[in-house]
Amino acid sequence: MTQVARAGERRRLTGLAGFYAVVMRTAVQTQFQYRTANYLYMVGMIAEPVIYLVVWSAVAEAQGGSVEGITAGEFAAYYIVWTLVRNMNIVFTPYGWEGRIRKGELSGMLVRPVHPIHYDLAYFAGWKFVVILLWVPIAAVLSLVFRPTFDVSALELLVFLVAIWGAYLIRSMLLWALGMVTFWTTRVSALYELYFTAELLLSGRLLPLALLPGWAMTIADWTPFQYTFGFPIEVLAGDLSTGELWTGLGLQAVWTAIGALLVAVVWRFGIRRYSAVGN
Amino acid sequence: MAAPSRAPRDAQALRLVATFLRMGVQTELQYRANVVFSVLQSVVAVATSLAVLGLVFSHTDALGGWSGEELLVVMGVYVLMGGVIRSVIQPNMQQLMEDVQQGTLDFVLTKPADGQLLVSARRFELWQAIDVVLGAVLVAVAVVRLDRPVSVIEVLGFLTALVLGAVTIYSFWLLLTIGAFWIVRVDSLVELFDGMYQAGRWPVSVYPGWLRIGFTFLVPLAFAITVPAEALTGRASGWLLLGAAAFTVALSVLTRVLWRVGLRHYSGASA
Repeated sequence: MTQVARAGERRRLTGLAGFYAVVMRTAVQTQFQYRTANYLYMVGMIAEPVIYLVVWSAVAEAQGGSVEGITAGEFAAYYIVWTLVRNMNIVFTPYGWEGRIRKGELSGMLVRPVHPIHYDLAYFAGWKFVVILLWVPIAAVLSLVFRPTFDVSALELLVFLVAIWGAYLIRSMLLWALGMVTFWTTRVSALYELYFTAELLLSGRLLPLALLPGWAMTIADWTPFQYTFGFPIEVLAGDLSTGELWTGLGLQAVWTAIGALLVAVVWRFGIRRYSAVGN
Repeated sequence: MAAPSRAPRDAQALRLVATFLRMGVQTELQYRANVVFSVLQSVVAVATSLAVLGLVFSHTDALGGWSGEELLVVMGVYVLMGGVIRSVIQPNMQQLMEDVQQGTLDFVLTKPADGQLLVSARRFELWQAIDVVLGAVLVAVAVVRLDRPVSVIEVLGFLTALVLGAVTIYSFWLLLTIGAFWIVRVDSLVELFDGMYQAGRWPVSVYPGWLRIGFTFLVPLAFAITVPAEALTGRASGWLLLGAAAFTVALSVLTRVLWRVGLRHYSGASA
């Protein structure tokens, strides 16, 4: 490599954008090596939405074709898009914080000149490109088997491509903030369990939110959960108006900001309690 | 040396299992704080399942010919069998996988007792068995709420089907684990099984044809969960139970044979 090219490379690597580019590229290369393991994991994950889909299709059939106006074909569309959104939703697990804190893994991240959340955000974002590539054949097979009905406009597709990354950002922030509770106590599994249960029921992961009883829908409206599952799924599989599409994106932005603020505040107080053992 | 006659050998096997059970309980009693978390986890899981059942039945009266109370029986059996799997079957099989990977199975095979028995009864996670109790409570509540009385014959059929189901699931797990003798890494298969097991929450008749066949013979959820529930809700004929028994015996024999074949492929760590 010539001297000039080297200088150019160095300039490109400076700054946050360069950091993201490098970490994401590393993630793509690393995860592509483990494509078989990644695949088996993704195939195992299909069981969950297929069960929901089968049950709600059976209910739709028992009710003469549709539940709350949702037909079997629309349920199929919902749960097939679900599989991609669920994969976009996989972020650094709060259970991982125990290792980071107890074993002192955080120490290495602290000496870097960027906030540690950037590493996680970049790494998992890079991984997503591998996941999306592996997802396409799975979606094709599911579509052949379950015959979904799709009615997608260009705008919906565009909003969807933004919304899945919005979902990724919101869930990253929220689970990061949740995981940092480990700074104060390691007895966290019960708390996480409750959080994930609330998320399961109120996010649209278990069922389309339209099927919840009224009072539960009201609670769901005040939580961020639906912007990580239900909203992106319904952009593509549902029938949202143009106004609802933009409002949804706007609320995703709001929840991303709230999440970032939460991470910043909890980090400031939490990191004071961190003391690494050994090196 | 003359081979010991059959009866004392069986008695010895029983004593061995009892000893392992006692050791497992003693180990777990050291970690009493865990019981709080296990109970909490189980209660949250069951509450979620009940919420799902409630949501489904707020939109319909029946699912694939099953009423809400009858599905509660299915869910009870699902929770109960999950407890059996997580307290006895899964810990032992995971230990076996580890031993095959690391070659430490040598220590089991050199002991003067049946290898399959030893690898299947070494571990017992007491707190996970809470789900067995919770599942039994769910089944009992569901039976009380059923419109029709349950006969003694049906209860006996249920208990028989439950034991057959547990043996089927055990054989299936051991078959998966035996795969470790050929392909050393089978961890992802475990993940796959956990995902599939969730399907047992619902009676297999809900699933479309090809999935139903898969959940009956490939992953025997039908025999483990649906058949016991059918026995208790008056859907199972004597023939069905006989069929379940035949399937269980066939699967057990197959597992036994493959275990022997697999052992020949095991090369150990030091050898």
